[in-house]
Amino acid sequence: MSLVLAFATALLFSLGTWLLLQRRLSRLIIGLGLIGHGANLLLMLSGDERGVAPFVGATDGERVADPMPQALALTAIVIAFGLSAFLLALAYRSWQLTGDDLVEDDVEDRRIASNQTDVDEEVADQVLRGAADDEVARGRDT
Amino acid sequence: MRVLLPLPVVLPLLAAGLSMAAARRRWLQRLIGIVTLGTTTAVSIAILVLADRDGPGAAMMGGWGAPVGIALVADRFSGLMMVVASPVLLAVLVFATGQPGTEREQPAFHPVYLVLAAGIGLSFLTGDLFNMFVAFEMMLTASYVLITIGGRADQIRTGMTYVVINLIASTLFVAMVGFLYSATGTVNMADLAGRIGELPSGVRLAFALLLFVVFGIKAAVFPLFFWLPDSYPAAPTAVTAVFAGLLTKVGVYCIIRTQTLLVAPPDRPAGFILWVAGLTMVVGVLGAIAQNDVKRILSFHIVSQIGYMILGLGLYTAAGIGAAILYVLNQIVLKSTLLLTAGLVDHGAGSSRLAEVGGLARRFPILGWLFLLPALSLAGVPPFSGFVAKLSVIQAGVDGRAWAVVGAAVVVSVLTLYSMTKIWGGVFWGEVEVVATPTDATTERHGGTVPMLASTAALVVGSLALAVLAGPLLALCQRAAGDLLDPTAYIDAVLR
Repeated sequence: MSLVLAFATALLFSLGTWLLLQRRLSRLIIGLGLIGHGANLLLMLSGDERGVAPFVGATDGERVADPMPQALALTAIVIAFGLSAFLLALAYRSWQLTGDDLVEDDVEDRRIASNQTDVDEEVADQVLRGAADDEVARGRDT
Repeated sequence: MRVLLPLPVVLPLLAAGLSMAAARRRWLQRLIGIVTLGTTTAVSIAILVLADRDGPGAAMMGGWGAPVGIALVADRFSGLMMVVASPVLLAVLVFATGQPGTEREQPAFHPVYLVLAAGIGLSFLTGDLFNMFVAFEMMLTASYVLITIGGRADQIRTGMTYVVINLIASTLFVAMVGFLYSATGTVNMADLAGRIGELPSGVRLAFALLLFVVFGIKAAVFPLFFWLPDSYPAAPTAVTAVFAGLLTKVGVYCIIRTQTLLVAPPDRPAGFILWVAGLTMVVGVLGAIAQNDVKRILSFHIVSQIGYMILGLGLYTAAGIGAAILYVLNQIVLKSTLLLTAGLVDHGAGSSRLAEVGGLARRFPILGWLFLLPALSLAGVPPFSGFVAKLSVIQAGVDGRAWAVVGAAVVVSVLTLYSMTKIWGGVFWGEVEVVATPTDATTERHGGTVPMLASTAALVVGSLALAVLAGPLLALCQRAAGDLLDPTAYIDAVLR
């Protein structure tokens, strides 16, 4: 395995991770792309056989490269390509809707974290309703 | 067996193509979807029967021999998963046809749903780690489309989180396959099972943990669950139901499969898995208690229940893993049913927030029963199927002397009951409060259209059947667990 390619993989992973931690969708997508490239490169490097291109009939007894990781990497690249396109479409839709490419907060989560008004109102309602029922009951008694 | 194995993958994919071509005829799309999933169900049953009778069977795709070609393998465990997953997929599709919205407005729904079914089938049947990655991608790509299918602002926001998290997990998966291939020279799982033992012990442990993390993100175990309760509720109801019932369980399936097949007994991180199981249960249920929306409460319960399955695995005994398998099967049915009832509440009453609706048990009595039975089962109240599954997990835990985590399991089960009563009190009892204007006569009377109610009722009956058949089913699960702990037959079936 070439040391240069190993370092390239590490660099792709670290840059990708850094970009993933940003709040802008555009950077996030680039980050995912970089990490994806890193993973594909890693897959390519996983075969340890080096040699000529592994085509049937193209070699005569020479050492051929391991075709397996190449096939795997090709599959992974195709999948990553399709998903990048989907992600870009998603980011575009998000920009259409919000006019911004920042990742938004989870609204429901923030509401639950900040206050409990929903529950409190419900309890208050029940207390009021109970009091009203008591009034009616008392009215009936007299 | 060889002829049957590719069918649960090939049929839905072919049907997805046909369905795409029939985009303008909704009745034809429905017919294709229902017939295909019905056939898949029948095929799954045949596979399970054959796997139980003759032991694991394998089919090599593309005519390539054992370690090189892609193997499809069915043993009792994958057969069981298929047999429960296929009818649930069918029932949810029927539910979707009865629900105004997504299925009627989006011609893409049927093809994408069928691709999802194919991906789920392939993840259960594949015997090749890279092929499992492909299966996951099929399933996840379909799920990305389904979760954002309306293009609403909240769907896009939560869909983005969902897609990004899963892409990171997939990248990790690819990297792991790369590492495994460079260390062992194979991605065939049966072959890996033998070769991985030759590696140094530190590397073996690293692989065990890497496998756990990769599938743990999909299965939503603590602390990798945070994406789930946010993203699932945003999808259309039928979609949420199938995600809740099946997607996380595919993750659990892969965890159980890889931790038993690819991780040799001395390397198994049993203590670690038990800790993760306990924390998943407790944190999930506490999250559920804090929520005020039916769908979100149920989403947190998905996380909490995953803990029980992982607990069964962490014991590494036939009883423990058998109980975990029973638990998974049970949860697939229960979670789908509960989320379908949440969809009915949303449809019939106009909202699924506890504060906005109420009195539905009086307004729509049938809907009340459809929620009550699976909810009691989820909490583990006898005599429902959830009780049998929970009891067998806890018994296995007591036999394995994992006292702390068994204690946590009991407490969590009480808290589960508490949050189910919270939904019951908030939505089904009290003054009748309905914010929706009913669209048709059946919705007016029962809270949903006929296909919605019928498919939910069918799943409720299915979960009751699981309780009635609990004895033979548990025995079958124990046999499946025995196969998992001694994978010789599985390995022979693939490599012979």
